[in-house]
Amino acid sequence: MSEPRANGPELSVEVWRGRAEGRFQTYRVPLRPSQTVLDVVTYVQRRIDPTLSYRFACRVGMCGSCAMMVNGAPRWTCRTHVARVAKDRRLRLAPLRNLPVIKDLAADMTPFFDKWREAEARFLPSSPRAAATARIPPADPERAAADAAIECIGCGVCHAACDVVAWQPDYLGPAALNRAWTLVNDARDADRRAHLAAVAGDAGCHACHSHQSCATFCPKGLNPTASIAGLKRASALALLAGRL
Amino acid sequence: MSGPARWRNHPGYGAFVVHRVSGLLLALFLPAHLYVLGLAIEGEAALDSFLRWTEAAPVKLAEAGLALLLAAHLAGGLRLLAIEFLPWTDRQKTLLALAGGFSAFAALLFLLNAL
Ligand code: SF4
Ligand code: SF4
Ligand code: FES
Repeated sequence: MSEPRANGPELSVEVWRGRAEGRFQTYRVPLRPSQTVLDVVTYVQRRIDPTLSYRFACRVGMCGSCAMMVNGAPRWTCRTHVARVAKDRRLRLAPLRNLPVIKDLAADMTPFFDKWREAEARFLPSSPRAAATARIPPADPERAAADAAIECIGCGVCHAACDVVAWQPDYLGPAALNRAWTLVNDARDADRRAHLAAVAGDAGCHACHSHQSCATFCPKGLNPTASIAGLKRASALALLAGRL
Repeated sequence: MSGPARWRNHPGYGAFVVHRVSGLLLALFLPAHLYVLGLAIEGEAALDSFLRWTEAAPVKLAEAGLALLLAAHLAGGLRLLAIEFLPWTDRQKTLLALAGGFSAFAALLFLLNAL
C-alpha cells in the first residue's frame, strides 16, 4: 500500500515500531478538523501501514483501552484532540509507559491489573445476591468518598504518569490504590479491614510521594493522590487503634 | 522510547523536586555545620576566626541560600503533612504558592538581618 498524496495541511507523526527495542517511524497524515489522536493512528493503520498494532474499542472514553504516550504525556487517545496536543503539527506516539510492550503502540496491561489483585482491590460481598439492595444515603461521608473515586475506566494513564511505579516496581500504583479506597469506604463490603491491610505495606499507599502526576493526567478527572492520602490516614489511624 | 518527560510537567512535581533537592543539599551541609560546632569545643580562637570569616558578604549570601533551602524544605514538608493528614483540598496551587512565598520571605528576612 503506498502512502496517499495529500494536498491539504499535514501532520508529521512519529510512531513507535517494535517492542522494547525498536524505533520511531514517521508518517504524514492529513490534518482534519476535530481529529483525535486515535483517528490519526487509525489512519496510519488503515491507509499507510496495516502492520501497525494498537488497541482501542469504544472510541468514546468508556473502555479505557486506547491510552498511549502522546508527545511525552500519557493520554486516552480517543478523546484527545490533535489540535490540543500538537500545536506545531507534530505528534510522537509511544506505548504507555511503565508497562512491557507487546508490539508497536500496544502495551501489555497484565502487570497493571496484577496490581489490582495484589491490592485486594475487588468487592467482597457481605450479603447474597438475592438480598434487598443496601440503602446508603448519598450524603453519607463514606459514600461520598467512594463516589469521588469510583468512575475509573482502568486506562492505565495514571500508572504511566507515576514515577514511583517506575522507581519501585512492586508499588501497587495509583489505580489499584484508588480502587482500594472505594472499597475501604464501601459499607456493603464484607472485610474492609482486609482491604486496608492489603495496601498498608511497603509497596502500598505509604510509598506514594504525593506528586499528583496521576491526578494531573487521569482523563476521568479522578484524584488518586487524594484517595491514597485517605488510605494513609485510615491505615495510620487503624494502626494506632490496634486494628491493623 | 525516550522523549520529553511531560508527565512531570506540573506544579506538584516541581514541588517534589524542590523538596528532594533542598533535602539533599541540607544533608550535605550538615557535616559542615557539625564541624563548626566541633570548633567550639576545640577552643574559642578557632571558632572566632571562623565566625569572622562568616562576616564576609559572599558567605552571608550563601547563608541566605541556606536559609532559603531550610525554609523551602520546611514549607514543603508542612504542605505534604497537610496533604496526607488533613482532608483533601483542591487548592493545591494555593498551598504551593504559600510554601514558595514563605520560603522567599524567610530568606529575604535573613538577608536583611545580615546586611
Ligand atoms: S501521587 Fe502517588 S500515585 Fe500519584 S503519581 Fe505521585 S507517587 Fe504516583
Ligand atoms: S484512575 Fe484515572 S487514569 Fe487511572 S486507570 Fe482509572 S481512569 Fe485511568
Ligand atoms: S477507545 Fe475506549 S476509552 Fe478510548
